[in-house]
Amino acid sequence: MTMARAATLRRSFLGYSYSLVGVVAALVILAWTLVAILAPYVLPHSIGDIVDDDYFGPMRQGLWLGSDYLGRDMLSRVLMGARYTVGISLAAVSIACFSGVMLGMIAAVTGGWLDTCLSRFLDAMNSIPSKLFGLVVVAAVGSSIPVLILTLAVIYIPGAYRFARALAVNINTMDFMTVARVRGESTFYLIGSEILPNIIRPVLADFGLRFVFIVLLLSGLSFLGLGLQPPLADWGALVRENIGGLPFAAPAVIVPSLAIASLTISVNLLIDNLPQKIRDRDT
Amino acid sequence: MTSRVLNLVLKRLGIAAVTLLIVLFAVFFATSMLPGDTASILLGQAATPEAVAGLREAMHLNDPAILRFLLWLVGLLHGDLGNSYANEMPVAALIGGRLVNTMKLAGITTLLSVPLALTLGITAAMLRGSVYDRTVTILSIGVISVPEFMVATLAVLLFAVYLKWLPALSSVNEAHSMTDLVRIYAMPVITLTFVISAQMIRMTRAAVIETLSTPYVEMALLKGASRSRMVLRHALPNALGPIVNAVALSLSYLVGGVIIVETIFNYPGIAKLMVDAVATRDLPLIQSCAMIFCFGYLFLITAADIVAIMSNPRLR
Repeated sequence: MTMARAATLRRSFLGYSYSLVGVVAALVILAWTLVAILAPYVLPHSIGDIVDDDYFGPMRQGLWLGSDYLGRDMLSRVLMGARYTVGISLAAVSIACFSGVMLGMIAAVTGGWLDTCLSRFLDAMNSIPSKLFGLVVVAAVGSSIPVLILTLAVIYIPGAYRFARALAVNINTMDFMTVARVRGESTFYLIGSEILPNIIRPVLADFGLRFVFIVLLLSGLSFLGLGLQPPLADWGALVRENIGGLPFAAPAVIVPSLAIASLTISVNLLIDNLPQKIRDRDT
Repeated sequence: MTSRVLNLVLKRLGIAAVTLLIVLFAVFFATSMLPGDTASILLGQAATPEAVAGLREAMHLNDPAILRFLLWLVGLLHGDLGNSYANEMPVAALIGGRLVNTMKLAGITTLLSVPLALTLGITAAMLRGSVYDRTVTILSIGVISVPEFMVATLAVLLFAVYLKWLPALSSVNEAHSMTDLVRIYAMPVITLTFVISAQMIRMTRAAVIETLSTPYVEMALLKGASRSRMVLRHALPNALGPIVNAVALSLSYLVGGVIIVETIFNYPGIAKLMVDAVATRDLPLIQSCAMIFCFGYLFLITAADIVAIMSNPRLR
């Protein structure tokens, strides 16, 4: 993308050159990951404690991000929210990409009716709008954390499958695949040792993009009140419960929104600024 | 239109029909998986076992799921969407007016965002690499990267809180004059236009840039054609297919966007109806709303594919 050109400062590390934008984006992602892991140990206040006499309090010393609609410390709640948003999304995207990529590679290597059936079925799944799918599942089975993770994963499997299958079909026509087949290698070997190493880099970039989609969808569902249920709160739920502060521009409603934006924009920018060698599809 | 194109289009329509059937099936079964017995939920805690058994019989709940699916499908074909669990009204009556409201919202957004996004996308592609192009690209990536509700919150903060031009909530029932109408639709339409345009700008820009990098455009450049002539006469007619494809695909984002926007602005449309139905677990209503959304979405992505097939000169 053009973003790579916007940052003229480039540095070299491990043989790749990185743009400044990419480095900053990577640092933001790293910071949120650390927060997600360490949150319970660094909270200034317990997330349930009412520490402010006023609701929707402004930013001030001691309550660095103000207070929410019950007078609870917003900084603590945002830090804990990172845990749910990043954790659930990461779990979901891992399941989605692992299953999608495995199925995609198997379909490409095996071909035939398995490929046709799988592709038709997953294409049909792809024709259900993602938010709608989420709404219907939540209506049916409720929204506990495992259900949320699985739902989000199922929604994004077809996309990961399509992407991996398209890449694997290209590799499948290469000479070394014919050689391996003639040698009598098993499907498992073909997938693991011949195809995967050749598509892993674009698949990882796709992993990042899908992570962004999942963060957005999870936040959207939580915002509708159909995602994480109180007393737990991810960033989307934090925006929802504090939406009453919008008319007075309370930090309680702005900060969680900014947290989501900083994470998703960073991942997008990082992928856009990955060294060409990693990002390119045709390796 | 040659028979080859006709064949491809018919095949695509056939796939769409099969997909629609699978999607209906999925929607029906997802909603049928609800734990707990629908009949006893409906009758409440005071119900006698006989009453529950009677209602189960009356609602065909004892029949196998596949039979119920077929009954539901036959009902759909007759235009019978069933009755709402929550207030016993026919679903069709509940949906009717709401659907019109949502279509109005979607229609106005389309009318605004298509010209806006095409202008920005095409000019950005023409001036590729300029400050203007970079600004448009960064802004559209920014809008795509954040959830729809954040665009809505920012719009409320800007137009309703700081500038005080518009009210934060909308309600169609109170429209008495033109200014009322503008004030009601402004916030939802602005939010949706941002979301849809950002997608459309990116796709249009990519489509035009791809056309601009073809050999015949380079040829036009080399023979000394002006920049505007090169784009308008040589590149755009060929980029038209991909652009219309991009427009239809972007409009399919309306389906997701409308769900968030109607909820946040309290707009009495079909998406708000569905979110409320999810909260009350009103299955017939959820099924019908989900079906309408899936149909709209499928219609748009199929249209996008068909335009792509028809505009491919190699198939003529």
